[in-house]
This record gives sequence, C-alpha cells and structure tokens, in this order.
Amino acid sequence: MPASLESTAAVPAPSRRSRFLRTLARAAAVPGRDPFAIVGLTIYLVFLLVALFADHLASRDPLEILFQANGRLARNLPPSSDFLLGTTHLGRDIYSQLIYGTRAALIVGVTAAIAVMIIGTLVGLVSGYFGGWIDSLLMRLADIALSIPFLPFVIVLTAFLRPSTWNIVLAVAILLWPNTARVIRSQVLTVRERAYVEAARVTGAGNGRILFVHVAPNILPLSFLYGSIAIGWAILTEASVSFLGFGDPDVVSWGYMLQDAFVSQALSRGSYHWFVPPGICIVLVVVAGFFVSRGYEEVLFPKLRD
Amino acid sequence: MKFIGQRLFHSLFVLWAVVTILFLMFRLMPGNPLAAYISEALSEEDQASIMRQFGLDRPLWEQYFIYLGNLLRGELGLSFHQRTPVWEIVMSVFPNTLVLVATGLIVAYIFGIIAGAFLAWKRGTWIEAVTIPVVLGTRAAPELWVGMVLLAILSFNLGWFPSGGANSAGAFYDSELQRFLSPDFLAHLALPALTLALYLQGIPLLLMRSTMLDVMHEDFVTMARMKGLSEWRIVIRHAARNALLPVVTAFAISFGQIVGGNVVVETVFSWPGLGRLLVAAVSNSDYPLAQGAFLLVSVVLVVMNFVADVIYTLLDPRVSHARVA
Repeated sequence: MPASLESTAAVPAPSRRSRFLRTLARAAAVPGRDPFAIVGLTIYLVFLLVALFADHLASRDPLEILFQANGRLARNLPPSSDFLLGTTHLGRDIYSQLIYGTRAALIVGVTAAIAVMIIGTLVGLVSGYFGGWIDSLLMRLADIALSIPFLPFVIVLTAFLRPSTWNIVLAVAILLWPNTARVIRSQVLTVRERAYVEAARVTGAGNGRILFVHVAPNILPLSFLYGSIAIGWAILTEASVSFLGFGDPDVVSWGYMLQDAFVSQALSRGSYHWFVPPGICIVLVVVAGFFVSRGYEEVLFPKLRD
Repeated sequence: MKFIGQRLFHSLFVLWAVVTILFLMFRLMPGNPLAAYISEALSEEDQASIMRQFGLDRPLWEQYFIYLGNLLRGELGLSFHQRTPVWEIVMSVFPNTLVLVATGLIVAYIFGIIAGAFLAWKRGTWIEAVTIPVVLGTRAAPELWVGMVLLAILSFNLGWFPSGGANSAGAFYDSELQRFLSPDFLAHLALPALTLALYLQGIPLLLMRSTMLDVMHEDFVTMARMKGLSEWRIVIRHAARNALLPVVTAFAISFGQIVGGNVVVETVFSWPGLGRLLVAAVSNSDYPLAQGAFLLVSVVLVVMNFVADVIYTLLDPRVSHARVA
C-alpha cells in the first residue's frame, strides 16, 4: 500500500482539487529526479516526432518498387547514400519502411493502451467501489480473460475477423484489461474507506459523483502507469502477429518488415541492415515504456525507494 | 485442503468458460467452418449431407452439448486436411513443445535465480546500474527478432547449428527418449531453447532480486547477522531460500503461458510443436485442428495456474506460521 497516499489521508480534509493537483505535480516532477524516466520520455518524444514527420523524413514511398539507373530492379542492395539502409528483395527502400513503421507502431501502441486503460480503470472502479455480486462477476471475467492463451487468441481472432491493425488492438484490449482492473480495484478498496469519501457520502453526494469526482482522481496515476506498459505489449504483439502472417497487409510496420526479411531469405544472405534496425526500434520503444513506468512506480510506491 | 478444493473448483469453472468461448469463437465467426471441405462444385444435396455428417444442421445449443460430451470423452474430431484424428496429430507434436519449453525455462530460471540473488547483494553499485537496463532490454526484445539474429549469426554465418526443424532428414530412433537424447536433436534444440531462455530469464532475475531485497530486511536475517555469520552464508542459506517461493510460483505460471506463447519461436526455427501446428491450422482454415491445439494449450495454462496456487499454499512458511504468531 502506497505510504504517500496514506499520509494524505491523515492531513485534515485537503480540498479535492489540491489533492489532484498535487498528484499531477508529483507525476510531472518525476523526470527531474529519475534518470530512467528522462531516458524513457526522450525516446518516446523522438519516436513521436519521427511518426509525425514521417512524410518529410522518409525519402521514398515505403512500398514503391525501385529501379536502378540501368533499368534493373534495385533489389537486395547494401546501404548506400542513395538507400540509407539498402533495399528489400522486392526493391523497396528499407529506411523509408523503418520511418513509416514508427507511425504504425505508435498507432497500435497508443490506441491499445488507451483501450486497456479505459476498460481496466472503469472495471476496477466499479468492481472495487460497489463490491458484492458486481465485483464477483467482473473479477471472474478477469480470471477467464487471463486464462486464455494470449498469442493463439490474437491469431485466431484476427484470422477470423480480417487481418487488420484494429482487430489486433481489439484482441489486445480484450485480454489485457484484467491486470489494470485488478490493481485499480485493490486501490479503490482502500480509497473508498478514506475520511473525505465518507464526508462526501454524508453530505449526500451520489455514487456516480463520489466515484468519478472523489475516488477516480486518486487512482488515475496508476491507470497511466499500466497504460504505458500496455503500449509496449501492444507493439510486441503487433510485431509477432504480423510476423506470423496475420497482420494488416496494407500497413508497413516493423513486424511486417521482419516477416518480409524472414521469408525473403535475408538471414542466409546476411542482410543485417534489413532485419536488425526494426528489432532495435521495437526494443527502444518497449524499453522506454518500462523506464517510464519504473520511474513513476517509484513515485507511486515509495516503499521501493528505500 | 479446503483452499485447494476451492481452487480446483475455480480452475474447473475457468476451464469450462474457456472451452465455451472457444466453441462460440469457432462457430459464430464469419465464414463457413466447412469452406475448406465443401466446394462449389458439389450439389446442394451433397453439401447438405456433409453439413449433416458434421452435425452442423442442428441447433447451436445441441451442437454445444455434443461438443462438450465429445471433449469429455477426449474426442476432438478429424482434421480437415490430414483426415486423421486431431488428438493423434496434436499429441504427436506435443512432446516437442514440452521439451523445448522445459529446457528454455530451466536454463532461464537457473541463470535468473543466481543472477538475481547476486544483483540483490550488489544493490546500489555500478554493477546494478549497468545490469538492470540490459535485463529490461532483454524483456523488451521480441523473441522472433532475437531468434532471427541468432539464426543469422550462429547458423547461417558460422554454421555451428542447424537452421531449423527438430531432426535431420532421415534420422530414425527406436524411442522418443532416444530421439531427445541424440546429439542431432540437441543441436537442433540449442538455438530455440537459447532464444526462449534469453527472453524468459528477466522474470526470475527481477523477481529474485526484489524478494531478496525484501527478505534481507526481515528479522531472521538480522538475527543471522548478529550471530556473526558470513555475508555469503546469510545470502545463500537464509535469504535466498526464503526468496525462492515466489520464483517457484512464477515458474509454474510461466510454464503454462509459454506453452501457448511459443508460437513465434517455433515458427522462426520451424520447430514441429504445438504453436507452429496452431499457426498452420489457422492459416489453412483447418478448424478442428486449430481448435484442438488451442484447447490443449488452454488446458496446460489453467492446470499450471492451479499448480502455482497449490505450491504457494503448501510452501509459504508465512501461511502456516501466521496462526501461531
């Protein structure tokens, strides 16, 4: 149980707004103190800028088939000033694919994280606050979702519905919300008993008002923490699913690049310039999520900092 | 015992729910489940007779109970493509998956436990500052990419290991055990197991480290210090032993998850296991086979979660000592 939240409860009736602002201020001050969080946020920022300005950074259309001056297909070329990372087996520019892959990765990561955050937070709030049969029902659902094999489920769902980015996001959201919901729920259980929640109830505030105005602001940092972990999970999942051939055929993602390299014998040809960069990009984004969440975790759970 | 009974009931309930979801997923999804079987060339009557043969003309609830009854008798149906019982196909590749998962996990946990205990001991030093980001990096690296890099360097470039499969063509063995112990099989096993171990070692390492840090503050460790025991002895005999419990529980849970999550590694190394079978079955719309493979993976997952629960209750000294204190 976070010691800092305990101590806020001991302070006589702090106004709701100041409490919320204090939580935000604490969250915003993290990067200044934790070097991991600085690195993580910097990586996020760089990738965000690359995704936003992909059209300007990429030198070519990622799916355009390129030809050399002598009219021959520009396939399997090594890195050069013209093609920074060389070309693929079908004569496409690897550097441009890498740049556009950033956009695909961030879209998958951020939408999945938002979905997981919203479902997980709502379920956790309702479950922890109301208790009783609603709680039992929702937690049994969570148990079931956690007992479904993750990748097989995503593969079957995307294969049945239609290989698309949105179906991957859907599958990730269906299976990943329980982790967030469980943590939020246990947090709500303690917040529910605080004096100011009691005070609000005595003054006649309705359940909805107490839940969203008094309880929710206290658990929001936790939702963001679990959201930032979900970004990495979603990107890793998209890469795996695309690699297995169930990805969106029209979207150039890092997983698509790895699959393309794998089936085009890039490994036996030793085209490291083709399959190493997408992997490094995935590692960087996912690690950034770990770093950010680690930094925030230390602020949210000060016990870890002793 | 009462607790174990409750967990057992809970596991059975979860298993029933997963089986039901699986049924609904494979029946209600768009697309005819028999699309691979029924061709346009067949007459209306032939199509209807095939539908009847598979029981697809009956109402959904009736199909559901037939499905549940068949499962209880271990009847998983026939593969559309291979025209052989799903159970036989699934069981023929299952040992390969088990051997791969067990090898990868054991290597990962032995390394992770030792390295985690070492890192807890070195808390606050430069060694920790360098190692933790590297460990987090291995957790973030996609298995498929690690596998590809290892394949390119160790197999294609240096030629130290075979590039895929579980056995060289034409190899024949008297028994499964003999096959698993043959140098040829072990050479094929090395790279996929290494990939799996690299990906997995972060879990026991970080877990061991954090529980060690907790345990090091407990009274019995202080007591051991006061008795003047050497630091090494305290770490091994007192702290590590007590920190192992969550790691053992995590081992059981990981085992269940990896059997299902192994699809990627098996595909990269063309390892003839359950995961690769599942991917192939889904790609070929071989629904009975895909459903059977999915089911087996789910059963392993639920059983291992139950085992983790039981281990935790049986082994945690705090659970049994709590009442005395």
